[in-house]
Amino acid sequence: MTAAATDPATPARQIGETLIDVDRLKVHFPILSGIFQRESGRVRAVDDISFEIRKGETLGLVGESGCGKSTTGRAVIRLRNPTAGTVRFDGHDLMDLSRGELRKMRRRMQIIFQDPYSSLNPRMTVGSIISEPLETHDLAAGKARIERVRELLALVGLNPNYTDRYPHEFSGGQRQRIGVARALAVEPEFIVCDEPISALDVSIQAQVLNLLVELREKFGLTYLFIAHDLSVVRHISDRVAVMYLGKLVELGPPSAIYDAPGHPYTRALLSAVPIPDPKAERRRKRVILTGDVPSPANPPDGCRFHPRCWLYERLGRPEQCRTEDPELRTVATDHRAACHFAEEALQSDIGVAHMATDKVRHGTPQSATAGLAAEHAAEASAAAAALDDSGTGSPNEPSAEV
Amino acid sequence: MSVSDDPSRVAGGPALTDLPDDVSVATEEGRRLAEQLADNRRHARKLLEVRNLSTHFYTRDGVVHAVDDVSFELDYGETLGIVGESGCGKSVTALSLTRLIASPPGKIVSGQIIFDGIDVLKLSNEEMRLLRGKKIGFIFQDPMTSLNPTLTIGYQIAESAKTHLGLSRKAADDRAVELLSKVGIPRSRERMGDYPHQFSGGMRQRVMIAIALACDPMLLLADEPTTALDVTIQAQILELIRSLSDEFGTAVILITHDLGIAAGMCHRINVMYAGRIVETGLVDDIYEAPRMPYAWGLLDSLPRLDEVKGARLRTIEGMPPDLIDPTSECRFAVRCKYVHDRCRSEEPELTPRDGEGHMARCFGTEPEGWIQ
Repeated sequence: MTAAATDPATPARQIGETLIDVDRLKVHFPILSGIFQRESGRVRAVDDISFEIRKGETLGLVGESGCGKSTTGRAVIRLRNPTAGTVRFDGHDLMDLSRGELRKMRRRMQIIFQDPYSSLNPRMTVGSIISEPLETHDLAAGKARIERVRELLALVGLNPNYTDRYPHEFSGGQRQRIGVARALAVEPEFIVCDEPISALDVSIQAQVLNLLVELREKFGLTYLFIAHDLSVVRHISDRVAVMYLGKLVELGPPSAIYDAPGHPYTRALLSAVPIPDPKAERRRKRVILTGDVPSPANPPDGCRFHPRCWLYERLGRPEQCRTEDPELRTVATDHRAACHFAEEALQSDIGVAHMATDKVRHGTPQSATAGLAAEHAAEASAAAAALDDSGTGSPNEPSAEV
Repeated sequence: MSVSDDPSRVAGGPALTDLPDDVSVATEEGRRLAEQLADNRRHARKLLEVRNLSTHFYTRDGVVHAVDDVSFELDYGETLGIVGESGCGKSVTALSLTRLIASPPGKIVSGQIIFDGIDVLKLSNEEMRLLRGKKIGFIFQDPMTSLNPTLTIGYQIAESAKTHLGLSRKAADDRAVELLSKVGIPRSRERMGDYPHQFSGGMRQRVMIAIALACDPMLLLADEPTTALDVTIQAQILELIRSLSDEFGTAVILITHDLGIAAGMCHRINVMYAGRIVETGLVDDIYEAPRMPYAWGLLDSLPRLDEVKGARLRTIEGMPPDLIDPTSECRFAVRCKYVHDRCRSEEPELTPRDGEGHMARCFGTEPEGWIQ
């Protein structure tokens, strides 16, 4: 039973075997101080997390800034060397690979960065930006390379003639498309999308999101989709992982994470997301978390979330939360949560209360779209009629009388 | 939600009129402003009236019509949302209201701004300075760059209270401590001596709010106040703004690109596109019965938290137009699915629709239009 099967809206994409297996991954950064640069502490950016990504699947990774989600994304393709733990890509342990082998492997995994302004070299033309990976991996040369670049530009919805332009001549959304084209150049199987749309405007976000979905269907891509926007992650993911302070706190299909979350942090996060519907906003029950996220250099003992946890307070501050770090454990089919009291969290309606009520999607009224369709039909028939009226006119020159 | 009928506020609120003859109003300008305020308050109905405001930027490439003929009103104690994408003119509108447009290249070329009965564009710079800070508080997007990194936060909050309320050093410090605890900063007295870098992003934004509220302003201008913050911190800050606005009856203009935030915070919404208000109305009307294809497009293109994974998002194709020498067509025409010839030859006016104060700028959705 794969995750996708539990989500009825998923089209018939093939989700197969495990492609990426992350086991007890840790990424720590030393804090150096003094003239001898002695290590005086460690930022535990990613602290002992395990998960897997299946072939053809999109795993959404959400969390607040500093929770370690981007570091995880980088460690998964070994752009960042882990402190401990293993990452297996299609059975190969990435830590064991030599430089040359790793480079070869990189052809199969790519990354799209958040900031379309700083991730493209301003001195390179779009053509050379996109053909660089082709060159590195000896994939195409000469005419074939130019042809391939044009093909890639068209694929991401840009004009193929733009190869000689520079990044500054493009808008943010277009630049992000260039970043996507660069990642696709080597025909990868797996792409880490690190906040690919956060820097874009709402209407442009939707365009890029649609593009990523289209490409996924077309090439059977596997994504690790990192974002802080829970709505976007719900839209694109087959499974969702939630991180807090270097730990994975919950993992499961969107139906579980968004409708019946088993971790109090996930519930708090959900209740904080604004919904573009004034009535739903008025009805919502919110838990407003107090305080800030603690420093990952000095995380709290026991459960890392307990100092801000509403459930901990509600349960009368059980000692277990202060002393014992909860394991990520199965709380329902394909649904894991790292909370000693996940069963109590599941019972709550916090963060999901608004889901129960009837949802109306506001936007284009139906009558307008219907009107538009009718108008198009009328126009088409009018055009056809005009064609008939002209009698002898051949279909190739319909507008002779303008 | 008007508090204009609250007698304590209208008559005896902490207005400039009631201030002692101290430094801040001892100047000739200050006195004049105070008298004008008192005089105008008796007649003023709205806290803010903006009429036909246009702000242009004179650049090397041409004149950018950043805000073009914008008119709106704001009641006492009301929260108005200005929503739109980047470059639509929402921030420039807010900066124009307080004459904070960098000049050159920017210039308010026409229009009238009546704030609490005062014609803002006619004030001298000195009078304007008194009005800002005292009557209008600001919260900007980036709390790191809007605080002075070399001064303690206690000093920065107290400074405003000292300058505008004429409090003594000690009284101003006490006021700062009180404000800090009001905005939810624990151990506020100890933290007075801390510098901005010692606070997290959310805490810095709380400090900004404390500064903005130091003089009990009548209007709070919040320009993307939570965009740089995480979602749980965002919820804290929004809740804080909401409760403080209720408690003090402060009117709020909330500028945001996030339709979710606007839905939860605002009484009324102005939707801006390419320097124009394209739709305005009560929050429920704007979300439930929008009458402008751009507003539909914005709502359509949002992935929603309460929606199961769906099909393709409907997007608005293309990009906003260049604001240099805008053409005489409807500015949304090139991206509009419902466009007719008329939209390309003339620009529609804001005309009334169903619902209180609901207006839209679209030929198609006018009563005799082609979109129903």
